[in-house]
Amino acid sequence: MLGSELSDLNIEISELVEKHGNGRQSLLPILQEIQKRHGHISGHAQQEVARLLDIHPVEVNGVVSFYAFLKTGIRAKYNIRLCKTISCELANKASIAKTLERELGIKFGETTKDERYSLEYINCLGMCDQGPAMLINNEVYTSLTPHKVIEILNNLK
Amino acid sequence: MPILNKPIVFAKENFGDGFEKGLKMKPIDIVLAVRESGLKGRGGAGFPTGTKWMLAATAIAEKKFVVCNADEGEPGTFKDRVLLTEFTEQVLQGIILCGYAIRAQVGYIYLRGEYEYMVSQINNAIQKLKNENKLGKNILGKGFDFEIELRLGSGAYVCGEESALIESLEGNRGEPRNRPPYPVNTGFMGYPTVVNNVETLATIPAILNLGSDWYRNIGTDKSRGSKLISVSGDVEFPGVYEIPFGTKIKDMLELVGAKDTKAIQIGGASGTCISAKELNRNLSFEDLPTGGSIIVFNNSRNMLKILKNFMEFFVEESCGQCTPCRIGNKKLLDGVNMIEKGECSVAYLKELLSLGETMRITSKCGLGQSSPNPFISILTTFGDEILATY
Repeated sequence: MLGSELSDLNIEISELVEKHGNGRQSLLPILQEIQKRHGHISGHAQQEVARLLDIHPVEVNGVVSFYAFLKTGIRAKYNIRLCKTISCELANKASIAKTLERELGIKFGETTKDERYSLEYINCLGMCDQGPAMLINNEVYTSLTPHKVIEILNNLK
Repeated sequence: MPILNKPIVFAKENFGDGFEKGLKMKPIDIVLAVRESGLKGRGGAGFPTGTKWMLAATAIAEKKFVVCNADEGEPGTFKDRVLLTEFTEQVLQGIILCGYAIRAQVGYIYLRGEYEYMVSQINNAIQKLKNENKLGKNILGKGFDFEIELRLGSGAYVCGEESALIESLEGNRGEPRNRPPYPVNTGFMGYPTVVNNVETLATIPAILNLGSDWYRNIGTDKSRGSKLISVSGDVEFPGVYEIPFGTKIKDMLELVGAKDTKAIQIGGASGTCISAKELNRNLSFEDLPTGGSIIVFNNSRNMLKILKNFMEFFVEESCGQCTPCRIGNKKLLDGVNMIEKGECSVAYLKELLSLGETMRITSKCGLGQSSPNPFISILTTFGDEILATY
């Protein structure tokens, strides 16, 4: 990362700390906002948050590594997460998984080379009455069919 | 999507001006009314709500907190999603009334990260109550100040456990605490904290509007009131239903259009699996308790595959803090894989069932204490069918 990008990130983080407060209970909302804007929380960002909250960087890393929605690696533009829990499984999640892998040319757990799509499984989304369901970034898609999945992928810009 | 059958409590007219009535009462009278109603916690554990509130109300502390547990992560459960969408204001009213009853200053809603799309709707409802002076400073001129803050989870099932949820609110890893002390004594930031499920809190304004007697006359002697049930799986009409406690499984299946049923999972992944022969059992704290999930399986389903799905879930969602849960779930899943390959001896299977019993009594929190339930109940009820493939 360039020096100027780092100082931009530092300014952004200090603004977030100002907004949420520098107490320990503000850690999760701050990390969630960094995650949302950047798609991941870099090592540098974790260190900077730790410095401003006056806690050890390991504490921040411990929190980041605990929660499934907080990521450290670079994330693709579209993070596709398919629910694999029981009701979606019963509603033929397998056909959706197959369609996604075929259309994107990657397996679950992988990212396309152009960093446009990443594909993952996720545990119960709470859409059990409308399965199969998936999230693309924070958007929920329900009652999926292979045909509908292709349409959704085509509509992503 | 609204509740699919004729509602009992969750009809808008039942709530009337329960909120305003409540704020005209003395705080302790609200606690007594809730206790009198017989309401028990709707998250699954079923602790009497009035008793919990009484403990918090009588605690002497500088600050107190209310937490609305909207971390609805149990597989097959989505009734809080429907409540937060259709009854947003009633949920908020319940939080404020609890705050008034125990004399708290701040309420938190801990919403699971998967429901982030609801954030603006909930925040709008909070703003509306503020504009109407039903939230904020000097609420309805009663000299009572109260704020509600919405906080998001980040994809951890274990944070539905109340002490893990509080750890998460405090900015820590969501690892459950030893209990006691219970949150009602030492909760958020060490202060007395009432943690209640969304459904529990949303029921409060209706109880205060129509009275404790009205509420305690619904349901059974040991399970007063009604329950929202999320139904999914092999049924014609999946969705949320409201039923009085004591409703038979047979009637429930008829209501949701289940055909050719083989098994029913009651209470989500951590619940119990019963066979279609047990249709006369009923949904209540004394027979089949549930946090609100029923998943129906028809005769085409392979029970071992279903069990495998549940055990994979628990292996991933165990926080890893205590050994019985971290290693135990892994061993149970390995066992399922061995059965699948025909490599699990009956003697080893018996050992695994006894490991499950050990996990029930030695795990630190409800996750590890209940995760062996599907393993034990599916292999006990459907053991013959599963081992017949040997």
